[in-house]
Amino acid sequence: MNMNMSLNMSLNIPASHESLSSMNRPSSGEPVSRNLSDNHSLGVRVRDLDLWYGESQALKSISLDIYQNKITALIGPSGCGKSTFLRCLNRMNDLIPSVRIKGLVEMDGRDVNDSKMDEVALRRRVGMVFQKPNPFPKSIFENVAYAPRMHDIVSRKADVEALVESALRDAGLWEEVKDKLHQPGTSLSGGQQQRLCIARAIAVQPEVILMDEPTSALDPISTATIEDLMDRLKRRYSIITVTHNMQQAARIADYTAFFHLGEMVEYNDTKAMFSTPHTKKAEDYITGRYG
Amino acid sequence: MTHSFDDISAQLRRRHRKTRWLKGLSMGALGLAALFLVFFFTDMLIKGLPAFSQAQINVEVDYSEQASQLPMAAVSEDMRPLVSRGYLRLVPSRMRDNPELQGTTRSEWVLADSQVDQYLKGHHSKLSERDQALVDQLQAQGRAELRFNARFFTSGDSKMPELAGIASAAVGTMLTLLVTLAVAFPIGVMTAVYLEEFAPDNRVTQLIEININNLAAIPSILYGLLGLAIFINFFGVPRSSPLVGGLTLALMTLPVIIISTRTALRSVPDSIRHAGFGVGCSRWQVVRDHVLPLAMPGIMTGAIIGLAQAMGETAPLIIVGMVAFIPDISASFTEASTVMPAQIFTWSGEPERAFIEITSGGILVLLAILITMNTTAVVLRKRFERRW
Repeated sequence: MNMNMSLNMSLNIPASHESLSSMNRPSSGEPVSRNLSDNHSLGVRVRDLDLWYGESQALKSISLDIYQNKITALIGPSGCGKSTFLRCLNRMNDLIPSVRIKGLVEMDGRDVNDSKMDEVALRRRVGMVFQKPNPFPKSIFENVAYAPRMHDIVSRKADVEALVESALRDAGLWEEVKDKLHQPGTSLSGGQQQRLCIARAIAVQPEVILMDEPTSALDPISTATIEDLMDRLKRRYSIITVTHNMQQAARIADYTAFFHLGEMVEYNDTKAMFSTPHTKKAEDYITGRYG
Repeated sequence: MTHSFDDISAQLRRRHRKTRWLKGLSMGALGLAALFLVFFFTDMLIKGLPAFSQAQINVEVDYSEQASQLPMAAVSEDMRPLVSRGYLRLVPSRMRDNPELQGTTRSEWVLADSQVDQYLKGHHSKLSERDQALVDQLQAQGRAELRFNARFFTSGDSKMPELAGIASAAVGTMLTLLVTLAVAFPIGVMTAVYLEEFAPDNRVTQLIEININNLAAIPSILYGLLGLAIFINFFGVPRSSPLVGGLTLALMTLPVIIISTRTALRSVPDSIRHAGFGVGCSRWQVVRDHVLPLAMPGIMTGAIIGLAQAMGETAPLIIVGMVAFIPDISASFTEASTVMPAQIFTWSGEPERAFIEITSGGILVLLAILITMNTTAVVLRKRFERRW
């Protein structure tokens, strides 16, 4: 992974965007998946993923590559399956009894839906931040320390404290909470709570962080803080975020996937997606004609 | 077409009248319920409070040789009908235990007979006129008075009302409830955790769920029969013991605890579970570390209310033989014992006038404990209620 990271940084990514988007120009209305991983290392590979809630199909043959150390935004109107897709990546859909999944979600060469794959191990490597900040009803310190302790990442008191501090620093929260680590996490403001949740997620040192509309419950200032944070975090983590906010996708995402009625209509690097969408649906959505 | 305000008001008047009428009706119902409650409490207090005081008289007690053989000889003949026979009966054993009493004559405050007690409290008594005059005389001399009845809280049952106390029943109730709690709480909570957090939602679990809900509504006496059949006849648990009573009540309390625990678990928001799963908790870790701590106040409230219900239960305990006459306090799970409601039931059937107030006194003690338990439940809920 470290080798891949250095590889990424040495490459001139913006230049390659141009060539990729022109090479991969599809005909209008067709699903697009980018699997030209010549210059980025692959994080998650999804092929022909179908998902049903009971009888109704929520995801239809999704194929998509997610690159390491990039922010990938999933956009689309409500009910288009973007959150459902996100939850496929750490098998949170397992919690819903009626869900049926077909297709491949591959990470690190393994099918995450394989019966031999332990979902707990998967979630250790694929962290998640939810729409509504949901800190545990414990102290700020415990919120961050709980999971690493549980996974035996750290056990000595000094190590735990160091890890909590570094996670809170990475989440940009340390300066605000360092004097009240033992107050309940729920006493923080909404934006602080969400950063606490991010700190909690990165404390277990995952490789991928899933964010399900992480800023939709927050005010604009907290949103800007979280966006800055995501931009910094992508140096170490692959971030996949669901957002309703088109400007947000345009601001922070390297890649954007547009979902519509359970299908992935278009997937491209963000600049191309927002300047010259290839499909009519994506264009209409981006320009605000529906959604 | 437009309506003027007057048109609309005319129609509204009817609707408002209906609202007022319904409001009045519901307030009336509430008032009636409150009235019954006030009546019940006043009646219990008026009847029961006198049980907490007891007549004592000051007499000359002659610890003679003769008294150690024939206790009646310890007090003068005219005083004999006024002194509790239960007190006199103990004179020889006291003389054995305290040899320095031998041959002395002391003036002592002793427990009066229940008839004296009733006479002093202004109730009907069977004292002869001569004895009544004597009591009046003693009272005028300050040698007969009502004192706090500590014996009621420290001794067991007796056929003599002035000696009867609730302590043996209270100890029996405590032991029985301990058994109930120890059995019903862990089983109930774990059952609820399984049904709510682990079990798949299918026909089998739905059937179990319906059965549990129905169990909560079964007449309690049937649990007594079940306890008799299973615990006494099959497992051979000693009859009348707190063990068998507690096990029987545990059967009865289980559905209450299961249902309240499930409600408490369900009230924990899913976002907390998702947070746990999101950081890689196993299902058990999510339940143990996040869901149960949040649900605990609700679970404890349910358990306390279930126990309070079990505590007031008489019928199933009659079936397993817990209405025994228990004069001695025994702190054993396997010896014959009784519980407070059963004790009250026994007293209510006694013919003597003095038992009426003792019955009411017992009810007051039971009510006080029940109210304390329910208040604890409320306080626990308020204290540990957490926001998230």
